[in-house]
Amino acid sequence: MDLLLDGFQTALTPENLLFAALGVLLGTAVGVLPGIGPAMTLALLLPVTYSVGADSAIIMFAGIYYGGMYGGSTTSILLNTPGESSSVITAIEGNKMAKAGRAAQALATAAIGSFVAGSIATVLLWIVTPQVADIVVTLGSPSYFALMMLALFAVTAVLGASKLRGFIALFLGLAIGLVGTSTGQARLTFGEPLLADGIDIVVVAVALFAIGEALWVAAHLRRKPLEIIPVGQPWMSKEDWGRSWKPWLRGTAFGFPFGALPAGGAELPTFLSYATEKRLTKHPEEFGKGAIEGVAGPEAANNASAAGTLVPLLALGLPTTATAAIMLVALQGYGFQTGPTLMDDHPDLVWGLLASLFVANALLLVLNLPMAPLWARLLRIPRPYLYAGILFFASLGAYSVNFQAFDLALLLVLGILGFFMRRFGIPVLPLIIGVILGPKLEEQLTTALKISQGDVSTLWSEPVAVVVYAVMALLLVAMAVAGLRRPAEPPAPSPQDEKELIER
Amino acid sequence: MSTHEIPEPGGQPGSQPGSRVVDKAQYGLAAFLVLAGGYVLIDAGGLEDGFADQPVQPYTLPYVVGGVLVLLGVLLAVATARGDRPEAEEGEDIDLTQGTDVRTVGLLALVLVANIALIDVLGWAITGALLFAGSAAVLGSRNWVRDIAVGVALSLGSWYGFYVGLGIPIPAGILDGVL
Repeated sequence: MDLLLDGFQTALTPENLLFAALGVLLGTAVGVLPGIGPAMTLALLLPVTYSVGADSAIIMFAGIYYGGMYGGSTTSILLNTPGESSSVITAIEGNKMAKAGRAAQALATAAIGSFVAGSIATVLLWIVTPQVADIVVTLGSPSYFALMMLALFAVTAVLGASKLRGFIALFLGLAIGLVGTSTGQARLTFGEPLLADGIDIVVVAVALFAIGEALWVAAHLRRKPLEIIPVGQPWMSKEDWGRSWKPWLRGTAFGFPFGALPAGGAELPTFLSYATEKRLTKHPEEFGKGAIEGVAGPEAANNASAAGTLVPLLALGLPTTATAAIMLVALQGYGFQTGPTLMDDHPDLVWGLLASLFVANALLLVLNLPMAPLWARLLRIPRPYLYAGILFFASLGAYSVNFQAFDLALLLVLGILGFFMRRFGIPVLPLIIGVILGPKLEEQLTTALKISQGDVSTLWSEPVAVVVYAVMALLLVAMAVAGLRRPAEPPAPSPQDEKELIER
Repeated sequence: MSTHEIPEPGGQPGSQPGSRVVDKAQYGLAAFLVLAGGYVLIDAGGLEDGFADQPVQPYTLPYVVGGVLVLLGVLLAVATARGDRPEAEEGEDIDLTQGTDVRTVGLLALVLVANIALIDVLGWAITGALLFAGSAAVLGSRNWVRDIAVGVALSLGSWYGFYVGLGIPIPAGILDGVL
């Protein structure tokens, strides 16, 4: 508790409040731009936070994070084209509401719902994270190794639409993670000394998210401008409040636990929340035509699950979403060793972050509800300028890491990889997670085998590890059964097509 | 804006799940995976035994990763032959009903290459402006004066922003002393 109060003390100094407000505004402004989801917002704005002190940087970062999330939902409601898979559901009903002239109410229930869910989830974070961390520090390398395997496996096989493509992404990421001399010998460096320290994850993330996306959009730029729904001041009637508050709470209840699992992800809870609201609503006739419950629930679930992903991130050092992956990169960039010891080594930092999440969430509501019409205007930015700007800031971000033209070349090469990944439907998330976790996986394996003096059976010597492997085996069996159950239509659909309908 | 367009099988996701249109480009991806995996394997073969305190040999993980990449490449080729088609990514500004605009992508890549080639000599303040104006022009902006003005404003703004605001001195290139 003292630590939390200390955290608030740090977060509430005038200077840091300013950074939080700046972060919220920057995050919303970038996040609301079409084509830029929360993860890309974070990746693009990361270099900006590097040079302010670690405290302020984290507080600003929390603001960018919530701002980016909020900006993303604004875009999906007003344009009906979600920036990332977790806002697909929000877009369904949200855009219908907007078209029916209820854009203001849709934005309001999304914003207030995000605030409610974010606040509850942040409080849950305060309670859950230290407890999980306490358990985790008692775990040995074998268990930690198993948990990382589970996270990699889940992100790749359970979340993605096509399992084959998920694994392609994962192993490409692991290969990129091999680059460097961490083992004392140069691996995959092509004899290039600049690659000795490995490929900077900021460069990988910016290249895949920003350059890849810009190139991909350039190849398919919509010639007709999208229909943008004009919006006034967001507000809700008493009836809207009455119909919204329960979905907010239920969405939060779905979102947080799913996010907190080391196999998290926001798609499933938003989907579950939507299905639940559809079943419980008193206005079933409105679903599919713009029901406010269908925006309130999934949006709350999305936000709560995003907060939930911070549990494995802070307690275990395991990122399970693209956004969390960038956050991990940020923490490492600020010079902190992420992993089970983070909470013990840097309690001030973690609690500062947890407190500033609360502050940023509140600031978001205060600053953004009145500014919604202004943000909506950003959707009209001319597309050539938008994507030229993305290329500009992506290059700036990659260049500012080391001031080497070489990093820009890497950025281009990986950007072209990102382009082809989009062309072939290969998900970006497993690749990023693979780059981050690959080296850690090797490190934990080394530690475990060092302690056991090379005895491989140490890997399943801890109960937690055994349980984790059992869960993975169960998931595999479930996937195999689901694959077999599909009727064999001619030509037989390849097994990796399953779940596509659910995830999309 | 574009004259060169190639048909794209991934363009209409889920439109004809039953049809046996083979996405030939996917064989290219499969070949790339096999090549990449093969290179990882060759690279791993060149590594020596680790130190006595390294229970995990430096080549262990590369062998696994390289081997699986080759395997995935083969699996993808098989799936492609069986009619598996990718679901190309959609987005706010993306219109998948048309083919791939190769010319625009190529020109954009050229702009980025020019930035890489010139940044050490000219410095970010100049190449950044060119990068922005060039990309905007390639993407269909027809107002040269405004493109360059915005580009210069952005690059100078970011240079001074990093230098003054963040305390990060971005190398100035030939403008060293001017900025």
